[in-house]
Amino acid sequence: MTAIPMETGLLLAGILFMLGLISVMIRRNIIFMLISVEIMLNAAGLAFIVAGSHWAQPDGQIMFIFILTMAAAEVSVGLALILQIYHQLKTLNSDAANFMKG
Amino acid sequence: MELTFYIAASVAVLATIMVITRYNMIHALLYLVVSFLAVAVVFLTMGAPFMAALEVIVYAGAIVVLIIFVIMMLSLTREDVEQEKAWLQPKLWIGPALLSFVLLAELVYLLAIADMPATASAASYVDAQAVGLALYGPYVLGVQLSGILLMAGIVGAYHLGRQKKKVIHRFLQQEEAQKERSAAL
Repeated sequence: MTAIPMETGLLLAGILFMLGLISVMIRRNIIFMLISVEIMLNAAGLAFIVAGSHWAQPDGQIMFIFILTMAAAEVSVGLALILQIYHQLKTLNSDAANFMKG
Repeated sequence: MELTFYIAASVAVLATIMVITRYNMIHALLYLVVSFLAVAVVFLTMGAPFMAALEVIVYAGAIVVLIIFVIMMLSLTREDVEQEKAWLQPKLWIGPALLSFVLLAELVYLLAIADMPATASAASYVDAQAVGLALYGPYVLGVQLSGILLMAGIVGAYHLGRQKKKVIHRFLQQEEAQKERSAAL
């Protein structure tokens, strides 16, 4: 019964972050892009938890709480923006919003 | 213990791959919930049970439900009863169900060896009390900043999400009414 090696946890966080990054690049649906950002934030929080578990300190978990707070605020504002874009443009394609100026 | 971690990690990666390859948003969200649950199990094996609970409550609960509400508000497709029936095919929910069943088996296993946190990862186990003491000790400024951030998020979401009503002056209102009347005739 040994603890999980730190490299494995960080590798998992890296894989999840890369999946989110790939998705945010290949998807054009703006809700999918928001979901991908959530995946990336979650992966970053996982890296903090892994580090905090490695040194047995509560600081990593506190950083995760802050990331959680930030994700909640970000998703509420992001969804409000998505609603506005959908009402203005009648589409969820993020390329349709390329004419915004100033 | 290690095996639990590796199984949960592979479930997380698998579910995330399924999220980013789905075309239907609701199916993607179904897999996203599974991915968050798997990461919560990873937190549990890492000796962070409080964070596992927060992950389930905030990510898999609040955030995903918020996204589902917005998708419902947009009413993207004219899905009717037939569409709903088509969505409830077994091949659609069997994938997330299988993956979350793996997680459930892991949870039961972890509960079965009940003294898991005390013995298995005694070196890395950080309980909720230590987190709370640190959170309201040296990090109390961060808590206050989080409060400000959440307040800004609420105000911003309300301001951005409001539907702008078309405001017409009362003279123009009369003109509009006349125009409508003549159009009706």
